[in-house]
Amino acid sequence: MSDSLSKLEKRTAYTLVLPAVLLVFAIVLFPIFANVWISFKDIELKDIRIPEPRAKKIVKSISENESELKVIYKLRNSSLIQEIRNVQFHDKFPKNILPIDLDPRCNFKSKKIICDFGNWEAKYRENFEVIIKNTNDEKIDKKIIKSRKPILSGTANNPLLTTNFTLKNFKKVFYENNFVELLSTTFYFTFFGTVGAIIFGILAAQLVNQNIQGRTYMRGILLFPYVGPVVALAYTWTLLLDPNSGTLNALLVNFNIIEKPINLLGQKYITMSILGFEFKLRLALTTVIFFEIWRYFPLAFLFILARLQAIPQTLYEAAEVDGASPIQKFIHITLPQITAIISILFMIRFIWNFNKFEDIFLLTGGASGTRTLPINVYQQGFAVSDIGMGSAVSIVIVMLLISFMVIYFRLIGKKANEI
Amino acid sequence: MKFRSLVLYLVISSFFHTCILSIWKIMSTLQGLNFTNLNITQIFVLGILLSLSFVLIGNKVNHLIKIISLSFIFSILYFYLNETSPYWYIFGVFLITLFFTNKLKKYSMQSLREDFISEKIIFDFITLFGIVFFAFVILFPFYIMLVTSFKTQIALLVNPLDFSLDFTKSLTELFKSYFVIFETYNFGRYILISSAVSIGTVIVTLLFAIPAAYAVARLNFFGKNFLSTSILIIYMFPAIVLVIPLYTVFSQLGLRNSIFGLLIVYTATTLPVAIYMLQGYFKSIPKEIEDAGIMDGQNWFGIILKIIIPLSLPAIASVALYVFMIAWNEFLFSLMFLDSPKSFTLSRAIQYLSGDAETPRQYLMAGSVIVTLPVLFIFIYFEKYLVSGLTAGSVKE
Repeated sequence: MSDSLSKLEKRTAYTLVLPAVLLVFAIVLFPIFANVWISFKDIELKDIRIPEPRAKKIVKSISENESELKVIYKLRNSSLIQEIRNVQFHDKFPKNILPIDLDPRCNFKSKKIICDFGNWEAKYRENFEVIIKNTNDEKIDKKIIKSRKPILSGTANNPLLTTNFTLKNFKKVFYENNFVELLSTTFYFTFFGTVGAIIFGILAAQLVNQNIQGRTYMRGILLFPYVGPVVALAYTWTLLLDPNSGTLNALLVNFNIIEKPINLLGQKYITMSILGFEFKLRLALTTVIFFEIWRYFPLAFLFILARLQAIPQTLYEAAEVDGASPIQKFIHITLPQITAIISILFMIRFIWNFNKFEDIFLLTGGASGTRTLPINVYQQGFAVSDIGMGSAVSIVIVMLLISFMVIYFRLIGKKANEI
Repeated sequence: MKFRSLVLYLVISSFFHTCILSIWKIMSTLQGLNFTNLNITQIFVLGILLSLSFVLIGNKVNHLIKIISLSFIFSILYFYLNETSPYWYIFGVFLITLFFTNKLKKYSMQSLREDFISEKIIFDFITLFGIVFFAFVILFPFYIMLVTSFKTQIALLVNPLDFSLDFTKSLTELFKSYFVIFETYNFGRYILISSAVSIGTVIVTLLFAIPAAYAVARLNFFGKNFLSTSILIIYMFPAIVLVIPLYTVFSQLGLRNSIFGLLIVYTATTLPVAIYMLQGYFKSIPKEIEDAGIMDGQNWFGIILKIIIPLSLPAIASVALYVFMIAWNEFLFSLMFLDSPKSFTLSRAIQYLSGDAETPRQYLMAGSVIVTLPVLFIFIYFEKYLVSGLTAGSVKE
């Protein structure tokens, strides 16, 4: 009895879960594996269409004779690199119409011209002509002839499914792609973006947690950058930072803080001198990091605030009685209470910043030293249109992500369950 | 000790005052006032004198009279030292000083003797300063976005600092950018597409997620643990690694440039979060209620429809809003999959507009305002639901 019940339970569970699982599998998991396949292929953006035979029909009259017409089919292979095998062609005509001197590859049967064109190599083109005649010598209506479209079919290899593999893409990723700089830029961006967001998050949470008026409003306002659409925010910032007529540069020049405008998003390095030491700062990258912090510190803030509000007030009262200073209270009460949430946040934000694409793409497009791994996927796959190469970079990202997650579950996974 | 606290109090409070006044000055510059100097030292010295006289007067005078007269004197002095400023600006200075002196209320010569007073002073003013600073930094770009959409490119190139709005112009003139982007750039259509995609994503996601979340929360089946942990892992994988395979497959299937294709992708990428959020809530519903349903002869479908859904409406609402926001703000997939202006979403349309260097910036900003406003309104109105959604789904962007 209970056995059949648990069987029923299982069956129900699978029917409930399956649609969602299948969808996620098709759209999320399948592409991750498909990347592995594509990354070993030498394939470009223009190759991904399956080649198909195409024909454009042109109808012309011949001399004065209205009962005869010339039909020209401009035949071609849509692909520039792949052949199409066994191309079949047929086109239908109204009754009483007969072709004259039909091409030997074709025959005319029950008002249809049927042709077997055999194999077409890549870039194949041909002007295929048929002269047709009306058997009762009346005028042929051109429009009717033209309105019928020929039907073509043929088999071609799907370029994605062929089995010739190459290691070329990975060689290119590691040796011809400034890989070291790419990796260091990515980690620079990820690390400082994450740490900055968390520091500002702690500050903001600490502030809002004080008893100030309008605390809920403040919490709402602080979340604006996080909930706003990235396109709108990124373009607003590009306008603000524009060197020619941007508000920020105009303000700084106006108040004589700087002499001439700085191209914050378009300049790779800026030389700064502090205490006589000169060093080069990666300007555009730093600006992008600041945007990143601006946009994502609200998330850190939200989490830390939730944790702060859960700390029992009695702890602080006890500290007050013991004569602790505000800094001591922060170090000895607040900080230990929020370390767990900070370590989780750090890992989550680290992974997400590591994957960040939109923000950098919209601000700089990856120029002036802001090329990170995700930007490189786009550049290789769509700007250079080398899909195989783009996939190879994706694979590098996935491998790094998996190693982060292993570290995450080793170090923090257990702690995360305790909270 | 007392002297040290006094100096600290003077410096910190005056620093805070100077910062707010500088922000006020910057904002006024953006209204077309012609300031070229922040005069930080001058304001700082005046601020020190102000704070000093505040503690020296102490409790001898009524607090309200004290702050009004002190602020008034400060403003007059400020006016004489910067003659060219208009009256509304000075009035602003007066109000800010009033606010500032009111914050000084708890300080007097006696209170400067308390324990840890220097730390308390620092914490006090850093809190105040921090709040002003954060509010300014957050809201300033939004302010620029809004105001730019009402200006014209030429006016902004002539004087990039003049953001003052001319309200004497007719409304059609003022909202010209909005009319233009609706008429010439077809934004009405993009709003419809964006809404259709986002609302569609919400509906389909819920249809898939509610049953799946129920099964994960309540039923026993082989692979359940594996499923619930893999949900967490799956949504750590970013869109950028999915984009190339999806692009190639969608091209071959003819799903690019179609709203349906976008809908599938959005649903699949938001499903893990939705399931994760919902199953957490479903677990908190007492199992006895369902047992009663089973007694009444309900099958699983009936239980979900008649018991689970009505009981978890708040959680469903927060999932729905969260998914809506993700779909509305999504950019990467719409960039990759849509290249015909017929099927653009709002985000993609704005990016397309910006691709043309000739597009005046006020149109770009008007578009940005249009795509931002709905999200901010929804956020403000449903903040409670959304915040819980954000916290639960935080693992995902």
